This record gives sequence, C-alpha cells and structure tokens, in this order.
Amino acid sequence: MEYEAVIGLEVHVQLKTNTKMFCGCINKYGGLPNTHVCPICLGMPGVMPTPNHDAVVKTILTGLMLECNIATRCKFDRKNYFYPDMPKNYQISQYDEPLCEGGAVTLNLLAYPKDAQKLETTVVDKKVRLVRIHLEEDVAKSQHDEGQSGVDFNRAGTPLMEIVSEADMRTPEEAFAYLTALKQILIYGNVSDADMEKGQLRCDVNVSVRPKGQEKFGTKCEIKNLNSISAVRRSLKYEIDRQIEVVSEGGTIRQETRRWNDVKGETAVMRIKEQAHDYRYFPEPDLLPLNTSLGLRSEAEVLMPELPSAKKARLATQYGVSEYQASVLSSEVALADYFEKAAEAAKDKGLVANFLLNDYLAINSDLSTIAVPAPWFSELANELTAGKINSKQAKEVFGLMVSDNPGNLTPLEIIKAKGFVQVTDTGALEAWCDQAIANGARSVADYKAGKVAALNALKGQVMKLSKGQANPQTVGEILEQKLKAL
Amino acid sequence: MSMIHFSVTALRKQLAAKEISPVEVVDALLARIEAIDPQVKAYLHVDAAAAREAAKSADVTRPLGGVPIAIKDVLNVKGDPCTCASKILKGYIAPYDATTIGKLRDAGAILLGRTNMDEFAMGSSTENSSWGSTRNPWSLAHIPGGSSGGSAAAVGAHEAFAALGSDTGGSIRQPAALCGCVGLKPTYGRVSRFGLVAFASSLDQIGPFTKTVEDAALLMNVLSGHDPLDNTSSRQQVPDLTARLTGDIKGMKLGVPKEYFIEGIDPQVDAAVKAAIAKYQELGAEIVEISLPHTEHAVAVYYILATAEASANLARFDGVRYGTRAEKPTGVLDMYGRTRAEGFGPEVKRRIILGTYVLSSGYADAYYKHAQKVQELIRQDFHKAFEKVDAILTPTSPTAAFKAGERTASPLQMYLADIFTIAVNLAGVCGISLPCGFTMPEGDTPRLPIGLQIIGPNWGEETILRAGHAYEQSTGWHKELPPI
Amino acid sequence: MSSQGIDVQYVADLARLRLSADEVATFQKQLSDILGYVDQLQKVDVSSVEAITASAPTSNNLRTDELKPSISAEEALANAPVQSDNLFIVPRMVE
Ligand SMILES: [Mg+2]
Ligand SMILES: [Zn+2]
Repeated sequence: MEYEAVIGLEVHVQLKTNTKMFCGCINKYGGLPNTHVCPICLGMPGVMPTPNHDAVVKTILTGLMLECNIATRCKFDRKNYFYPDMPKNYQISQYDEPLCEGGAVTLNLLAYPKDAQKLETTVVDKKVRLVRIHLEEDVAKSQHDEGQSGVDFNRAGTPLMEIVSEADMRTPEEAFAYLTALKQILIYGNVSDADMEKGQLRCDVNVSVRPKGQEKFGTKCEIKNLNSISAVRRSLKYEIDRQIEVVSEGGTIRQETRRWNDVKGETAVMRIKEQAHDYRYFPEPDLLPLNTSLGLRSEAEVLMPELPSAKKARLATQYGVSEYQASVLSSEVALADYFEKAAEAAKDKGLVANFLLNDYLAINSDLSTIAVPAPWFSELANELTAGKINSKQAKEVFGLMVSDNPGNLTPLEIIKAKGFVQVTDTGALEAWCDQAIANGARSVADYKAGKVAALNALKGQVMKLSKGQANPQTVGEILEQKLKAL
Repeated sequence: MSMIHFSVTALRKQLAAKEISPVEVVDALLARIEAIDPQVKAYLHVDAAAAREAAKSADVTRPLGGVPIAIKDVLNVKGDPCTCASKILKGYIAPYDATTIGKLRDAGAILLGRTNMDEFAMGSSTENSSWGSTRNPWSLAHIPGGSSGGSAAAVGAHEAFAALGSDTGGSIRQPAALCGCVGLKPTYGRVSRFGLVAFASSLDQIGPFTKTVEDAALLMNVLSGHDPLDNTSSRQQVPDLTARLTGDIKGMKLGVPKEYFIEGIDPQVDAAVKAAIAKYQELGAEIVEISLPHTEHAVAVYYILATAEASANLARFDGVRYGTRAEKPTGVLDMYGRTRAEGFGPEVKRRIILGTYVLSSGYADAYYKHAQKVQELIRQDFHKAFEKVDAILTPTSPTAAFKAGERTASPLQMYLADIFTIAVNLAGVCGISLPCGFTMPEGDTPRLPIGLQIIGPNWGEETILRAGHAYEQSTGWHKELPPI
Repeated sequence: MSSQGIDVQYVADLARLRLSADEVATFQKQLSDILGYVDQLQKVDVSSVEAITASAPTSNNLRTDELKPSISAEEALANAPVQSDNLFIVPRMVE
C-alpha cells in the first residue's frame, strides 16, 4: 500500500524589538544570567504587564504579509501551567481571539532544498494555509546540572509570535520549503532575524501517516528539539519512514512527543502524551483588549514591504534579468537591494546580474556580505559594454575588485593599473590577422573545407599576438573577410 | 482630645502653621501604638527609626507633608517586607515601590508601618492572617472586619491618621464600617494597582481609610490618576475632590435599592441606615426607590470570578524566585506541592482550589463564563440605576462587628458578610462607607459602629464624597472615640 | 453542572497544592457547600448579554518600545531561596 504523510508546523518566532513584550528590559540574545531582568519579567508580587506597541504592530505586519485576517478586536489570555522557567506560572498568550487568522505561505521553487528543486514531484507555488498567528511572551532559559537546574530569566518576556499552519504539507521537502519561505518573509518585513541557531525561530512538528487516498488523519507524533531547517527535513524523513514501517506491519502509532537526535539522525520517545493539558485559559484581567482599528493596523500597513514574489516580477521587467536570476536576487532582500544599487548606472543590467550571481558566487557563497561599493559593478559593466576591455579582462578586474584589492582601487583604476586597453585600431589588427593566416595553413584549409570552428583557432592566434588586447569581435570580422578573399 | 485624634486636614493645618512638628506627630503616634497595639494588633511591622528620620526632613508644604500613613501589607514598599500576611512571603523584601507608594512619597507622607490583613486579602475578619488576628478598637473581643482589618483598626483606634487598604469585594468598606472610620473604594481604574499584590485583578482597587470624608477626598487627590504601568488605569480627568465639599446637597437624587433591606440584616443596622436616609431627606436630597435585581447573585458571581483570577495570581508563589521554599525538595513537583501546602493558609488554599476548578476543562463554561455574563447583568443594573439617581444609599455590612471565632468554621457564612459591598466591585463603580450610628450595648456586647455605604457611578467619587461630607457635617458620629 | 462534581484531589494537583487527607475531606465538604450555593446562577437568564461583552475598547494603552533600566543580577536574586552563579536554582527539571 502507498502511504502519505500529513505534516503541520507550529513555529515560534522571536520578534525584533528593542524591549521585551511587557516590560522595558532589553530584548537581546545572551548576556550574563539574570542581568536583563526587572521585577516585571521576574514575576515579582504586585507587578503588572504593559504591552509593547512595536510587538503588536510587527505581528499585524506579519499577518498582512501572509494575507491573514487581522482581527479588529483581540485580547490576551492567561495560559496556566507550572514550570520553573515561567515567572508567573502562567503565560500571557492569546487563546480564542488571536491577532491574525487564516492566511498562507506560498512555497516558491527556490525555497525547496536544492536537490528537490529539480524533481518533478516538487509542487511549485503550493499554498500552505495558516490557522492563526498570535502574540505571547517567551519563557526563561534553564541549564541542567547533576541534581539541579539553574534558571536565567534574561529571555523571559521576549515577544513571541506563534504561527500555526494547517496540516497541509505532505513531504519533508514541503516542510523545508515552508520554513524557508516563512523565514524569507519574516526577514523581508524586518519583524525577526529568524535565526534558528539562536532560537529566534523555533519549530514543533506534527506528523502522521495515512494510506494514500484516505481522508482521515492517522495518529500524530510531535517532534521537538529541531534547531535547523535541515534538521526538520531529516527528522521528518526519519519519522515518516518509521511510522510507515509500523503501520504497514500492522502496528499502531502511539501519540507521543519524540526528540530528534541530530547526531544519530533518529527520533526517540521523549514522553508519551500524558492526559490532555488543562491550561485553564481565561482573559488576562491586567490587560485591556486591543482595538487594531485605532491606528495599529494602519501603522503596520505603512511598514508593508514589497514581498518576494512582487520583487521578483519587478526585477525581471525593470532590469531585464532572467526569471531565474530574478528569483535568486529576490530570495534575500539585502541581495536584491544591493543589486538594484549595483545595476543603477549600468547600461546592460543583465551584465551586473551575471557578475553578481555567477562570478561573485564562484568566489563566495554568501551574497549578503559583499563589501564592494555597489556602483563599481556599473562602472565595470559599462567598460565592457563600451568595448574598452574584453570579457576576459573584465573577469580579471572583477576578481581583483572583490577579493584582492588592498589599495581599494575602483574598477577604472584597476584597468588603468593593469594597462588593459583593447586594441581596435584596424591597421594593427589586420597585421596580426595576416600573420595568423600565414602561420596557420592547416586552419585555413579546414575553414575553406567548411569547418567554421577553425576560425576560433585563428582568432586565438591573433589574441596571443595582441597579448589579449585585441577586440575579439573585430578580429573575427577581419579574419572572415580575409579568408573569404583568399 | 489630643494630637493623635486629629484628622489629616486638622493635622496639616497645625503642621503648616508650625504649631507642631512632624517629629512630635510621629512620636505621639508611636507612643499610642506602643500603648495599645499589643491589644489591637493592627500593625505587623513599624519602623520607628525610619519614621522619625523621615519626620526630620518632612516638607510640610506638600499635600501630605509630614503626615504618617499606615500601609496594608499587600503593597510593595521598596526595601520593606511585604508578606500579605502569608508565610509563603516570609522574608521577601520588596525590590520596588507600588505606584501609590511613590505618590504618597511625592506628597510628603511618612510611611509609618505595615498593617495586618487576611492572608492575600482573602477574608472578612482579619482572622486569616498568618501572623495572628487583629481586634476591633471598639471591642477587643470582636473582629475589625477584613481583609484590610489592620488598616481599619489602626485608623479607628487613632494609631494612624490615615491608611491604605485594598478592596476586592468590600475589603476597605466593610472593615471601615466595623471600626467606625471612613473607607473608600475608588472606581475601577481610578487608582493604579501597580505594586498591589493581586487577589482578583479585575476587581481590586486601592483606597484610603480616614477619620473624615474630607480626609478621604484629600488622599484620593493624591492617589488618583493614570499610571502607564497599569494598563487598566484610566486616563479620565481627575477633579479636585476637596473643592466641592460644600455641605450643600440640595436636589441630589439618592437611590435606595429595595433588595438591600432584606431579611437577615441586623435590625439595628437597618434602623441606623434608615435614619441616615431620613437625614438626607432633611438635607434636601430627593430619595428615590430603585431596584438592583441581580444583586442577589453577586456573592455567587464573586466567588467564581475572584477565585478564578486568584488561582492564577497566586501561582507565582512557588518557592523559585522569592519567599519560602519547602525543605529539601526531591524534585520540582515536590517543591511546588509542599512549598504551597506549607506556605498558604486554609482560606487561600480553599479559594485556589475553587478558582482552579471553575476554570478547569469541562467546567469553565458552566461556571466562569456564565458568571461573567451574570456580572454583566449586575453592571447593567447599576448603569440603569445611575440614569435615575446620582448615588445609592445602602448599609455597608448586614451586621456590626461579630465576635472573633464566630464564623471561622463556615466559610460560606463568612462570605455573606460582604453581601452589600461585592456588587460594587463587580460593577466597577465606586463606594464609600462612613459611620452612621452605633448598636445598643447588650450583655457582653458593647456599643459597636455601624456603616452607611454610598455608591456612586463610574468616576463618581466627587458625588459620593460630597454626599458623605454633607451627612458627616450634620451628624457627629465621626467624632466619637473608641473606649481604648 | 453538579456541585458534588468537584474532585478536590485532582484540582489540588492542578494547582500544585499537596493536601493532607484531612484537608481533602474538609475542602470536599466546604467546597461542595459553596458550589451548591453558587448553583443559583444557573437559573439566571443571560441570553441578552452575549453581544455586549465583546465590544472593542476605545483606546490602546500600549508602551512605546523604549528601554527602561533593568535591575542588577544581585537585586534580582536577592529574594531567591536558592541561588548560585547568578542563576535561580531549582531541583533538576525532568523531561
Ligand atoms: Mg505558544
Ligand atoms: Zn523586565
């Protein structure tokens, strides 16, 4: 029997704000334990929360970017459970009136893992629907020792968005693409740095399997301890195989929480789902409900960025770059911004895209950290377009410009220092051509016999004679004329 | 009459005129406390040295300059203990000031000491304190009411010129009535709750205990106003509440709800309140019979909503960050279970269990959500009433002070002591209690104070203070001194 | 809704209160009484209130995202029952 997996993701995203959700302590990763704290985020007796304006606006912005319905009225609730990393033993969260509902994440081709991008089974532009996005506060961090644990409340109270997807994904690759595309949007909106290694984006995975064609969901398991997008993919692959094996041998899946062991590459039981949690949600009496129509929504609308799909389309039409180049450029907002500056003064914008995506990528895989002033790209491209240097020289200049440029020379200065000039004086070129024809009887014969490629050998000769300074195009034209006349 | 019997208003005049000094005032008060507090037990903690020190530099030109004020042990005062009369907070030193404490400091007040209370403000007799019960200054065999019994007894016994308390279901007004002083529960949102250890956040308000209505207005001027640290505090304008205490209430419409003069109310209380109503008529007020039909459900609604919120508010007392922790816990669950079992008293445990239950899965709709809707009906009752009248007159408590130990066995009987005050918190409106007579001494029961409650609409503090002041000026109840 | 329905032991576990058998028995009786009293609410017709409670507020009291001073680790830990190396110490949390 053929099985398919059903995957839903619950993602917690730390918002990029100056301060915590309900107090003025700094929202910053790390620091000495318990130094970014105050009576409020320590849950001291008598303290009260005051919500961070920017956290609310950034959550609404996220909702707008993901085409959610933004609630006009929403409220905060208390989610009650005891744990030492919870300052108040309840978490201020949102229960039945979240800020955002509905919406979707679109899985574009580049969001898939490289090896999956070429597969026929990859569903491009699939929409994974969202259930909701709500705002809540993060808990403290703890470290565990022999017999005891230590709690550091620096992280406690950090604003968190919880983004819950529908169980719309069917493969580990789709889950990978979902997270990649979501992360891209979050960075586009400047709502989070979404760095999984730093815990800024945390993901709980729910997965079950069912015979293909069956509508009813199977029993699901939750996977925890996933700290990279590739770990999500690999753990899902493992877990789906495990579940299919159990089910196809006639066994049943037990509802449980499993932990991903990245080193062993397998999931293992963490805890069997104890009786359902009784969180005793009720409206947070210390906070007024929010009315997003009183300015909050319009503030978020102002912050709305050009989204990746729109940017891709615009780059393609405005700069005439290929669709593929446009998608790569728009995959990171910093890269797209850089490209636009780099191409601004260029006569041939596509040339700049080539330099950036082909030549630069050959040297450095990280496109987000280019230290070269963007206008240099235009300068270099225009020299090439104007025929003042040839493409071989341009490549050399480019290499020096981006990686070996102690004097911080501009492309023009490099060209000058290297003495790169392209010879277009036909007198000199004709002389070199005559010499090449004289020395290359074999090639001439081949050409005459109809082997057009033989022209290249003669051309190479001319380039050699000119020490690379001849204009290859002109050389080609002269050679052809001369050969025809022979 | 000695210095300790002064009202705050009278004291300020003397201080401003340099007739007396803040140091003399503090000394006189400390002497009074030393003499009678071993019997009354209003205070948990008095820092005499700090009070004397503060008196030396007091700025008498400020609104409460040089006036010593007692603070219920439920408010955080930076550097002071704040136990909420609970063992679980033994040793806790507040790392910050409540907003109201900051306002008192800014007004020049001297923070004199911490008053006793029912543990976490849960009770109506101050018998639920982990540190022993407070007694009524009018009869030491009787309770002072609660939960702010220490503050009420301190002011009633002239061990304090004024005090702060908190009122969730009557915890200011009921003890004020029982101790013969004035107590005001502000409109929800009028006074910042930041720094008040929460019992039921949607109902709690901080308010003053004073000897006169004018003093209550004076303190409310200092305490009121928006606080950015309290999201539920109002931006509503605060008028000068002392300015309109003219004594003239002609034409004021006062409602008398028929549901508040029920069976079970002590006949002497009934008579005293009816006499007060007659007095108002004499003063030119128009008395209007009104109906607050859902009041009969107020106690039931209260014990669902207040305990639900309390169950969450008290979850933070877990032995991790402050307070006491059970000895040698074997694990996290053991630490929680024993810390909280050893740290909380029986009434607090009872309410935590009740509140946890009414929120728990399968019961929240029938209890919590349903009670919220009945609360809305109670609120609507009041709003409809205030379309017809300016304020409402009721007894504060169905009886005068009862004997210590009399009701401890039956929590439900104790809960019913707040039957006239609870609806005010549920509706969010304001109320004041002021003396309106005394019971007749009978057998071993001495003469005990009776309180009149005046309820006002949202932001109606000015109205109830004006009505209370006019009544007070035309009677002499507030001038009577307790036997002690 | 049954006022006899309360399982004091279960609810006390949820609330992390370790009660003695005596306490469980006493609370079972007292809370049943209180819940019996509270049952009066069931006869109140609340059908008219549904719409009113969900009205949107007229202002949002939000805090601008500006830093306020934190307290030192020493102050933060001053009330801690057990602490070490700037951390609040608890028995080992089990997963
Ligand atoms: Mg969450
Ligand atoms: Zn903080």
